[in-house]
Amino acid sequence: MNPVEQTVSVTFTVNGTLQVLDTPPRRLLSDALRHDLRFTGTHVGCEHGVCGACTVLVDGAPTRSCLVFAVSLEGARITTVEGCCAADGGMGPVQQAFQDTHALQCGFCTPGFITTITAFLDENPAPDADEAREAIAGNLCRCTGYQNIVAAVQRAAQLRRPVVEERAQRASRNPGEEP
Amino acid sequence: MTTKLFGQRVKRSEDPRLVTGNGRYLDDLGHDALEVAFVRSPHAHARITDVDVSGALDIDGLVAIYTYEDLVADESTQMSDPLPLLIPHPTLTHGRTPYALANREVNHVGEAIVMVVATNRYVAEDAVAQIHVDYDVLPAVVGVATARDADHLVHEDVPGNVAAVMVQQTGDADAAVDAAPHSLELDLSIERSASMPMEGKGVLARWDADDSSLLMHTSTQTSTSVRQAVAAKLALPVDRVEVVTPDVGGGFGVKIVHPWPEEVLVPWAARRLGQAVKWTEDRREHFVSSAHERGQLHQVRVGYDDDGRLLGLSVRFWHDHGAYIPYGLIVPIITSTQLLGPYKPGAYRVEFASLYTNTVIVTPYRGAGRPQGCFVMERVMDAIAQDLGIDRAVVRERNFIRPDEMPYDQGLVFQDGRALAYDSGDFPASLDKLRKLVGWDDFEAFREQAEAEGRRVGIGLACYVEGTGVGPYEGGHIRVESDGSVVVSTGLTSQGQGHQTMLAQIVADELGVPFERIRVTTGDTRRFKYAVGTFASRTAVMSGSAVAMTARQVREKTLRIAADALEASPDDLEIVEGQVRVKGAPTAATNTSIDLGTVAVLSNPLRYAFDDATKKATQFASAADPSKPPITPGDAPGLEGTDYYSPTQSTFANGMHAVVVETDPDTSEIKILRYCVVHDCGTIINPMIVEGQIHGGVAQGVGGALYERMEYAADGQLLNASYMDFLMPYATEVPTVEIDHLETPSPLNPLGVKGAGEAGVIPGSAAIASAIEDAEGITIRRMPISPSELFHLRQEQENTP
Repeated sequence: MNPVEQTVSVTFTVNGTLQVLDTPPRRLLSDALRHDLRFTGTHVGCEHGVCGACTVLVDGAPTRSCLVFAVSLEGARITTVEGCCAADGGMGPVQQAFQDTHALQCGFCTPGFITTITAFLDENPAPDADEAREAIAGNLCRCTGYQNIVAAVQRAAQLRRPVVEERAQRASRNPGEEP
Repeated sequence: MTTKLFGQRVKRSEDPRLVTGNGRYLDDLGHDALEVAFVRSPHAHARITDVDVSGALDIDGLVAIYTYEDLVADESTQMSDPLPLLIPHPTLTHGRTPYALANREVNHVGEAIVMVVATNRYVAEDAVAQIHVDYDVLPAVVGVATARDADHLVHEDVPGNVAAVMVQQTGDADAAVDAAPHSLELDLSIERSASMPMEGKGVLARWDADDSSLLMHTSTQTSTSVRQAVAAKLALPVDRVEVVTPDVGGGFGVKIVHPWPEEVLVPWAARRLGQAVKWTEDRREHFVSSAHERGQLHQVRVGYDDDGRLLGLSVRFWHDHGAYIPYGLIVPIITSTQLLGPYKPGAYRVEFASLYTNTVIVTPYRGAGRPQGCFVMERVMDAIAQDLGIDRAVVRERNFIRPDEMPYDQGLVFQDGRALAYDSGDFPASLDKLRKLVGWDDFEAFREQAEAEGRRVGIGLACYVEGTGVGPYEGGHIRVESDGSVVVSTGLTSQGQGHQTMLAQIVADELGVPFERIRVTTGDTRRFKYAVGTFASRTAVMSGSAVAMTARQVREKTLRIAADALEASPDDLEIVEGQVRVKGAPTAATNTSIDLGTVAVLSNPLRYAFDDATKKATQFASAADPSKPPITPGDAPGLEGTDYYSPTQSTFANGMHAVVVETDPDTSEIKILRYCVVHDCGTIINPMIVEGQIHGGVAQGVGGALYERMEYAADGQLLNASYMDFLMPYATEVPTVEIDHLETPSPLNPLGVKGAGEAGVIPGSAAIASAIEDAEGITIRRMPISPSELFHLRQEQENTP
């Protein structure tokens, strides 16, 4: 009998909740998130970082979870599509924008777009149409032809504006609070 | 008054679940299931001389290894027989289908040879890597021309690599071409592409030994037919098998094929092992072991008069169907019939041969043979226009079937065995709209302006007719629950088309129920047993009609029961916002209205109440006539109904695309400046969804015209079997689509609808080829076209004296 596969312990947060995982070093973050932690919103479309369906945010930066070993993320702050929801568990602004503009059909690639766009709008809260298209140009969608996803980026920017403004106001009232 | 939802841009009820990560696709299920990986052939054509699994046996976590010999050993099933030939045809004289696991021979790279089951996919792939297969490699047949030459055979017992030859004709086309004042011959070709949904295939099977039953989830376009096929293969009574289609991450045709080897192997293993077993297709597997489409070579002879009117059209083509032909001749039959588009061809003859090659099987991909046919016909139109010096739009218009000629029978047999008879359409009106939308008549001014800036631009157009909503039937079931909510189910499946929304819109209008109170289930055989599947742009036509008919039935029963309760005539009642009320009476007046939930309670005479509402239906509560049975003979308890829609023939949608391209004089880069669509799918249920379908179809059309192809080496290796190398368009490659609709209702169904799912892709290659030809003055005869191919065409042109 071959030796039983060794595991390594890793600790990170997913959508704000601390997770401690004992996992083989070769286990991909996408598999750890989906099958060990059951965040199945993260989807795997190509297994080599080209389609973007598996995109999650690692410390705020869009990251292809199919190209990263889970054990390499000690101490990281991971956000999945489930973490892009509103505080009440309903649709967050980017998610709402996708429904408003019919930016999804089968929905399989959608989580990767939502995480990507969430990070993009943090950097550029008011993109024009060209910037919106450029922002999603690293993700594949086979259903929509992208036209409505471009519209969703701009709609999401519109929906986020009050949230962003409120956050800024709160920060100015409590200078010590993390924005 | 309730707002009518039919025709409205209703936001999709599917979306809140899908955008928040709460979709349930195949691989989101069965986390604790055993997982499968396959040893697949690295050779395109070989005899298997030995399979040695000994190196894998010590791997921790390995559960089972199966080869073809294990299928043979299980004599209680049909697992060792070839998989079914789904759609037989009299001309399909040499139909060959694969085995679930290869039986001594492999016929394409990727064919499954050994199945490994392990505790997870990582371990299963470890085991796959340790299994050694010995082969005698045989010559590979790759490409249409090589298959036609038949120096080597794919299947020893199939002479010439020919599975079928089919001829259809109306009149004597060759004589008509010979006699015509003008004639042309064109050789045309189009390469392979593929559906390539973002989610590959996948199967999860759970065997319940106590119940001797199988529950299977599969990412399919037809759960009812998978159920029948799996029951037959496993020799199980059909009622012991249920198949559920979860959320599906795109289909575009490839998932209508069934049963895939994995769809019978996974449940077979689950039963043997007494544990849940799952297989999730990876991307490379999808490239080399699912299905492709499109590859055809055409030879056309066409004769026409001085005005460019067709007198005779004679087409011969060769269709590459890959290593096996489980889906029969559907794709080339569609090409051979839908090639005619909106035109009267004069005399027409078409002959095709469907050929085996040592490549992945070819089965319908969105458009299903139509993009090839449209490319051929539209190239012919452009060639005639050029030959006679007539405007390309004018040549087309002169050949159109006129609205007063509808219905128009082309005199051919369509893919459903029924007449190729167009039910409605107004092609001249569509063309007028397109010319206006794209500015056809003003293009020369734009061209001159561009030329002055040193830019090269061109415009092209292409027209198509698409037979949609093929039979034989679909059904619907609707039940009003005692809380007033409505559950709807239909047997066919969904892959992102918004069926739940679209069907709920129909039911909301027909039953007078708020949209939010309606839940729709598709593709679950536990809920609906009889269905065909989701393909051929058929859901709105087939299930839409069936659900509308069912809703009318349930409405009638509702009014009958409510009329008794309100002591009114059913004719005086209406249903508004879930309330049955006397027409014109104030809302919620207790003596003149009753809510649907209460009607549902009253429809089901009870002995036992289980809540306050149901007390109304118990035996001492109602004032029922004691001389009559509580259930009238012929009636049934419950406020529910089932009905089926089964049309005599398909309904024919149509459309026209115009595209403006710019080609770079130095780099030969091809850029789409504008893409305009005029689309007629009959009455529109939800314009937002229809436009979304068009956007997506156009993107696939652009991919097929400029980027996507299957790069097979001569030895049968697929060289670009990954998303890195197979160039699906990103947002930067897809133009913004401008759309205008024409709504010519279909007379064939109660809603007047026609299918819309595939249309967007059909004229892509044809329209883009037309535009590039117009920009470059270079004849385009094959698609797709890359910048380097355009560059070589330019060089050829320069070198031609």
